[in-house]
Amino acid sequence: MTARPLDRGTLVFLGLVAAAAIVVPALNLALPESSPLHVPTYLVSLFGKYVCFALLALSIDLIWGYCGILSLGHGAFFALGGYAMGMYLMRQIGGRGVYGNPLLPDFMVFLNWKELPLAWWGFSSFPYAMLMVLAVPGLLALVFGWFAFRSRVTGVYFSIITQAMTFALMLAFFRNDFGFGGNNGLTDFKDILGFNVQADGTRAALFAISCVALMLGYLVCRVLVASKFGMVLIAVRDAEARARFLGYRVESYKLATFVISACMAGVAGALYVPQVGIINPGEFSPANSIEAVIWVAVGGRGTLAGAVVGALLVNYAKTSFTSGPLAPYWLFLLGGLFVGVTLWLPRGIVGTVQHWRARRREVAPDASGPAEGAPDGAAQKPLAAE
Amino acid sequence: MEFRTTSALLYLDAVSVSFDGFKALNSLSLTIAPGEMRAIIGPNGAGKTTMMDVITGKTRPDEGEVLFDGTHDLTALDEASIAVLGIGRKFQKPTVFDSHTVEDNLRLALAGDRRARTAIAWRETVAARERISSILETIRLTAARSRLAGNLSHGQKQWLEIGMLLAQDPKLLLVDEPVAGMTDAETHQTAELLRAINAEKTVVVVEHDMTFVRALGVKVTVLHEGRVLAEGSIDQVSENERVVEVYLGR
Ligand SMILES: Nc1ncnc2c1ncn2[C@@H]1O[C@H](COP(=O)(O)OP(=O)(O)OP(=O)(O)O)[C@@H](O)[C@H]1O
Ligand SMILES: [Mg+2]
Repeated sequence: MTARPLDRGTLVFLGLVAAAAIVVPALNLALPESSPLHVPTYLVSLFGKYVCFALLALSIDLIWGYCGILSLGHGAFFALGGYAMGMYLMRQIGGRGVYGNPLLPDFMVFLNWKELPLAWWGFSSFPYAMLMVLAVPGLLALVFGWFAFRSRVTGVYFSIITQAMTFALMLAFFRNDFGFGGNNGLTDFKDILGFNVQADGTRAALFAISCVALMLGYLVCRVLVASKFGMVLIAVRDAEARARFLGYRVESYKLATFVISACMAGVAGALYVPQVGIINPGEFSPANSIEAVIWVAVGGRGTLAGAVVGALLVNYAKTSFTSGPLAPYWLFLLGGLFVGVTLWLPRGIVGTVQHWRARRREVAPDASGPAEGAPDGAAQKPLAAE
Repeated sequence: MEFRTTSALLYLDAVSVSFDGFKALNSLSLTIAPGEMRAIIGPNGAGKTTMMDVITGKTRPDEGEVLFDGTHDLTALDEASIAVLGIGRKFQKPTVFDSHTVEDNLRLALAGDRRARTAIAWRETVAARERISSILETIRLTAARSRLAGNLSHGQKQWLEIGMLLAQDPKLLLVDEPVAGMTDAETHQTAELLRAINAEKTVVVVEHDMTFVRALGVKVTVLHEGRVLAEGSIDQVSENERVVEVYLGR
């Protein structure tokens, strides 16, 4: 049956994120640095980065957890959203760059370019840049997905071609003549909408906006998965051929989900860039996409909240780890984590908790009438009856 | 019985399908009249499932003509369009949506708008709910309506899939081995169910189980090596020498 998008779990989740959006900036801005509760600005930005990763994880959960399509290229949509934001921020530098060219970003002056490439036009306008944050990942997903789903590329083949996609984009963006800053990427941002990107207030605002984006992303996912659209997605995940022979145009559902998911990843990337202060081709690295999938697996695919929990936990662990003496072993730990979760916690953290609770409810004597959810063993075989 | 092709609900003419040179269907011709129930038998690998694949758009024939309702060329359509035209199919291996409840499986199968665009705002009607309850009665799964389909027994899954066909409300039902893995009692009930369905719909049943085919009491087509070997009542075909040879000899 279709569900209410705003169920209790969703309200709790939205409440928690909203509280974080208010409390963290308040502790940063309102308390003096001497206070033990003061949150330093670098932590605000670090948390903001986690929230962006959580939104990326959510976008992966929508397509992987519900529709069963394992995209190993979502890092590319994230990076494209990031570049769109980065281009806006570059144009905001204006004449304040090292070369003082009012029109061209430093790296173009350095390359001896005389005019702004076509792809950069319009990026001095914030609304245009925000449109591109959605449109570029969305269009790429539309074209890529249209070909892939129409030719019925599924399973591991789809995963491989998405890896190839992000790898190809990485190589392209590494090239200086591609026009997006080459391997240095885009950096040295000065201000966003007139506010200094380094200022405490701007950082706090960016964190709060990231939280709002995460809430909106979560709501979009809930509306989708709680509707009949979501029922069809799960049907496609379970038995794609069955769904086709019932008359569902499976590729339309997949394509719509893929595009929405890519746009969400793009927004996450766009909010990430001003908080970390740089975007470079390394963000397209195939390993990034795989890492994001691991967050979802750890938290529990197909649960939405699990993606967020997984992204926060794994990234917190990464930060703690890579700042200590064990830093060189982080990738081993991450790989081990993935293997461990796959073997011993296949439902992930949130998935396992949900499963336990569902079990408990089923076993509880007065939880439901006899016609509802009878445990397997107790159910009579209707066909053999009479 | 003779039917003119124009009045046939399903018309296959000289259909051939080959997989890497192996002819799974070899110039197969078959005509199903509206309202008919037809049983299709044949040894393993005779091409029965491949025939259903061709009719439902899963496999494109190399040659031949496949017409539905006299006008629709099924070889030019994809699975979803063919389903919407009114052909429902039960797979040889029971295939239901495991992580959906029994009820939701029927809900997804229920005839109606299939577009992604409108699915987000979809609301269930009272009529649809009643229809689901009545199908649950028919397939005897009322008590299991809220259980996950993945937790059903093999036989229950078979019935659920037949229920999904009913919900889809097609003109023609293609049922591939509906009683595989069922007890005798279940087999008997399935034959009754299909006969009841045939009161309103055209049905093509593929089955190995001879007791079951006998219980259906309808015209039988024997397939062998991708073509029709014999056609007639069950008694006629089981006396046919070539049929006996194919089943027992070799
Ligand atoms: N996709 C395929 N690729 C290659 N060969 C195939 C394919 N599908 C079917 N075949 C072959 O075509 C022949 C007919 O298969 P089909 O499944 O239609 O037989 P069947 O009559 O349904 O048999 P059964 O009673 O075992 O279900 C078999 O020899 C099978 O191996
Ligand atoms: Mg078969």
